[in-house]
Amino acid sequence: MTLDSKVPGGPIAEKWDHHKFASKLVNPANKRKHTVIIVGTGLAGASAASSLGELGYQVLSFCIQDSPRRAHSIAAQGGINAAKNYQNDGDSVYRLFYDTVKGGDYRSREANVYRLAQISVNIIDQCVAQGVPFAREYGGLLDNRSFGGAQVSRTFYARGQTGQQLLLGAYQSMMRQVQRGNVKIFPRREMLDLVVIDGKARGIVVRNLVTGALETYAADAVILATGGYGTVFYLSTNAVNSNVTAAWRAHKRGALFANPCFTQIHPTCIPVSGEHQSKLTLMSESLRNDGRVWVPKNPGDTRRPESIPESERDYYLERKYPSFGNLVPRDVASRNAKQVCDDGRGVGETGLAVYLDFSDAIKRLGPDVIASRYGNLFQMYEKITGEDPYKVPMRIYPAVHYTMGGLWVDYNLMSTIPGLHVLGEANFSDHGSNRLGASALMQGLADGYFVIPYTLGHYIASTPLPKVSTDADPFKEALASTQERINRLLQVKGKRTIREFHRELGRVMWDYVGMSRNEAGLKTALERIPQLREEFWQNVSVPGSPDNLNQSLEHAGRVADYLEFAEVIALDALERRESCGGHFREESQTPDNEALRDDEHYSYVAAWEFTGVGKRPTLHKEPLVFEEVHPTQRSYK
Amino acid sequence: MATMTLKLQIWRQPGPSVPGRLVPYTAEGVSSDMSFLEMLDVVNEGLIAKGEDPIAFDSDCREGICGMCSLVVNGIPHGPERGTTVCQLHMRHFKDGETITIEPWRARAFPVVKDLIVDRSAFDRIIAAGGFVSINVGGAPDGNAIPIGKATADLAMDSAACIGCGACVAACKNASAHLFTSAKISHLALMPQGQVERQQRVVRMVEQMDAEGFGSCSNEGECEAVCPKEIPISNIARMVREYTRAVLTRR
Ligand SMILES: Cc1cc2nc3c(=O)[nH]c(=O)nc-3n(C[C@H](O)[C@H](O)[C@H](O)COP(=O)(O)OP(=O)(O)OC[C@H]3O[C@@H](n4cnc5c(N)ncnc54)[C@H](O)[C@@H]3O)c2cc1C
Ligand code: FES
Repeated sequence: MTLDSKVPGGPIAEKWDHHKFASKLVNPANKRKHTVIIVGTGLAGASAASSLGELGYQVLSFCIQDSPRRAHSIAAQGGINAAKNYQNDGDSVYRLFYDTVKGGDYRSREANVYRLAQISVNIIDQCVAQGVPFAREYGGLLDNRSFGGAQVSRTFYARGQTGQQLLLGAYQSMMRQVQRGNVKIFPRREMLDLVVIDGKARGIVVRNLVTGALETYAADAVILATGGYGTVFYLSTNAVNSNVTAAWRAHKRGALFANPCFTQIHPTCIPVSGEHQSKLTLMSESLRNDGRVWVPKNPGDTRRPESIPESERDYYLERKYPSFGNLVPRDVASRNAKQVCDDGRGVGETGLAVYLDFSDAIKRLGPDVIASRYGNLFQMYEKITGEDPYKVPMRIYPAVHYTMGGLWVDYNLMSTIPGLHVLGEANFSDHGSNRLGASALMQGLADGYFVIPYTLGHYIASTPLPKVSTDADPFKEALASTQERINRLLQVKGKRTIREFHRELGRVMWDYVGMSRNEAGLKTALERIPQLREEFWQNVSVPGSPDNLNQSLEHAGRVADYLEFAEVIALDALERRESCGGHFREESQTPDNEALRDDEHYSYVAAWEFTGVGKRPTLHKEPLVFEEVHPTQRSYK
Repeated sequence: MATMTLKLQIWRQPGPSVPGRLVPYTAEGVSSDMSFLEMLDVVNEGLIAKGEDPIAFDSDCREGICGMCSLVVNGIPHGPERGTTVCQLHMRHFKDGETITIEPWRARAFPVVKDLIVDRSAFDRIIAAGGFVSINVGGAPDGNAIPIGKATADLAMDSAACIGCGACVAACKNASAHLFTSAKISHLALMPQGQVERQQRVVRMVEQMDAEGFGSCSNEGECEAVCPKEIPISNIARMVREYTRAVLTRR
C-alpha cells in the first residue's frame, strides 16, 4: 500500500484555495439525498454536524453521553489559538504555522498545518457570531493571552472554560439543525463496528446503552470524531468514558493507525492520592508563569516544605534552563519532574510530586493579584487536596493529557478506507509529535466547520454510491461479530474486575511506555500486554446482562480494545529509535539529556496496518518533506 | 490518611417502569482523599467481586464541567458543598460511621433510566427550540467588528457557565427548569449577536419548557442554592421580563 497524502501542488499559501476550487460540488438539491454518519459530538463532531446540516445533508450524530453537549471537549480550560494579530505583536498565519510545525518537533505534514493556521482566523469570527462570550478588554475588543510559551498573544479564551463555551456554541448550532430536521441525534450510543461495503465505509453498528440493543445505520459516508485514547494509561486528564474503541474497530476494518506512540504528558496535574484514583485533574499551565518548581536537594528529605531552608531547595528548572526557567515546554518540564522523583527527591506521601510554589509571587504581588490570576485554580486545588495553595506550595506531577497519534488521514481528512473521514483528536494530522497549548480546540473546529464541508462534498460528488440497506450481508456480519464479542465478554465469568485489568494495563503503559522509554522497557511492555490480554479473556468478571444499561459491559469492551491497541503503541515506540516531542527514547539524547531527533532515519509518519490480534502489524511510512520550515534542534537553555 | 466506614442508602431501580427502593450498603476503607464518585467506584468493585449488579450512575469529566454526574446526597442535589458538583465533592466532608442517602434527580420531566441515572433529554429539546443564534458557517463578520463591553461579556459569561446538569430542577419542589432555561436566554439576550432572535427565542424556549412537563417557578431559590456554578436567580427575573415583553409586542 502506498500512502497518498493528496497534498495539492503549488505554493503553500495557495494550496488550500486551489484545492477548494478543484473540489467537486454536490448540487444543493442533491445534498438532502445523502446521509452522513458522524460519531462523536466534541468540538470536531458537533461542528461537522452543524456545518453539514446547514448545507442540507442528512446527518446522523452519535455520542456516548446522555447529551451531545457533554463531550470531553467541554473540559478544555486554557484557550484557542488564532492568527488574528489583534495585539499587533507580530503574529501572522505564517508564524502560527511555523510555531506549530516547530512545536510538533518536525513530525507533522506542513500543508495540513498551514491550512490550520489559515482557517484559525475564521474560527474566531464564527464563534463570536454564535454568541460565544469570549473574554474582552475594557474597550470591548477581544482579549488575548500568551499561552504555552508562545512569544505572541494569540490565545482567545472564555475564563477557564474555553472548551465549554466553544462546545456549547457548536452544540447549539447543531441543535438548530436538529430542530430543522437536518440532524438527528442518537445519544447514549456506542459505536462498536464500522461497516465496509465494496471497499467503502457505509455504516456503523452501535450499542444502545440504555436498552442494550445493537443497532445498525447506513450512510454514504462515515465521520469519526471520537477523541483521543489517553485513557489507555488508565489515569489521565481525559474524561472517564474516553476510549479508542471506535478508532480501533475502524482500524481492524482497514484504516491505518498513525504514530500511536505520540502521547502528550502534561506537567502540571494534581498528583495521584491512592489506588482509588479514577482520573487526574489538570492544573492550567498558566500557573508556571508565577509558580516556582522545586524539590529538596537531598533525597529522602521528608520535612514539611516551609521547614526546608532556601539553601536546601533545588529549583531545578531554573537551574538547568536559565533562559526559559519554569516556562520550558510541556515535555521538558514533565521529564524533569520524573527525573527528580526517580532520584528520590519527590515530595508528598507517595514521593511522586514536586512543589509548585507561589510564596515568592505572593510576596512580590500580594495575595489579591495572585487571586485575580489564579483564584479559580487555587480553589479547585483546595477542593481536591484539602490544602490551601496560598499557604503551602502546590504539589504537582505530570499526567497523560493528549494523544497526537490517531487514524491516518490524507489532506482531505479521509482515512485509508474510502468514505471514512476522521476529525479532531481522533486523527493524527496536525500536531506532529507534540501539540502546542490551545491548538487542539483550533484543530477540532477547523476540521468540522471549514475542512470537512469541502472535502466530504468532493468525495460524495466524485464517488458512485449506490444505495445500501442495513439488510446487506456486511451489516449482518458486523452485527453478528459484535454480538459474539459481547457474549464472549459476559461468558468469561472470571474473578478479576475490569477496573483491575485497566489499572494494571495503565501501570505497564506508564512504567514502560510513558514519559521516558527505552528498548528493554518497551520489550517488557510487549511481553506483558499480550499476557494481560490473555488473562483478561480468561479471568475477567463482567456482571449483568447484555439487554439492559450495563456500564460494566461498556467498560469491558473498551478495556478489551485497549489491551489490543496498547501493543501497537509500544511497538511504534520501539521502532522509532529517536526522541522527538513527547516521545523520549533514552538511547537518543544529547550529552545534557535533551531529546535528540534523528531526521535522517525517522522523518516519516509511521502508519500501521492491522494484520490480526497479537500479530505484528505492517508498518507503512509516509515520508515528511519540509519545504518551508527547516528542522533544527530545539533548545531551551 | 484517615479511613472511614460509611453506611449508605442507595436508590436501586432496574428500569424506568419498575418500582425502585433504597438499599443499604456499607462502604469500608473510604479514604478522605477520595471523591464521592470514587467512593462509589470502590463500593461497585466490591459488588462485582461478590457477583452482584453494580450501582449505575452517570459521570464523565469528573472535574465539575460536563454536567453528567447527578446524585442527590442526603436530600441535596450534588451534596452539601456549595458550588460543587458531586464528582468534585470529597470524602473529607463526611465523618466515620455516617449514614449517607444517595438518590437520583427526581422530576417528572427526568424519568429514571436505571438506579441513579435519569433521562435529561428534555434539556436538549429546550435548546433545540431556540437556544442558538441562527447563523450558518461561512459568512461571519470579523470577530472584532462589534465591540462588547467587558461588563456585558462578563455578565453573559456568568449565565453561559451553566453546565446543564439539572440540579436546579432536582432541587425545586415544582421541578421547574426556570434556572436552566433562563441562563441560556440571558446569555444570548445579553450578547449583541443574540438580539435579532431575542423575542422569538424566549417564547419558543419557554413554550418548550412547559411542554416538557417542568413545573412553574414559585421563587423559592432552591435552584440557585444547589447550582454548582452558582448561577443566580436574577436570570429568572430577566427571562420573565424578556418573555412578557416578547408576548406583549408579538404581532
Ligand atoms: C483537561 C483538559 C484541558 C484541555 N485544555 C485545552 C485547551 O485549553 N486548549 C486546547 O486547544 N485543547 C485543550 N485540551 C485538548 C482538547 O480538549 C481535546 O483535544 C479536544 O477537545 C478533542 O475534541 P474532539 O472533538 O476531537 O473529541 P472529544 O471532545 O473527546 O469528543 C469525543 C466524542 O466522541 C464520542 N465517542 C467516543 N467514542 C465513541 C464511540 N465508540 N461511540 C460513540 N461515540 C463515541 C464521545 O461521546 C464524544 O462525543 C484539553 C484537554 C483536557 C483533557
Ligand atoms: S462528571 Fe462531569 S460534572 Fe461531574
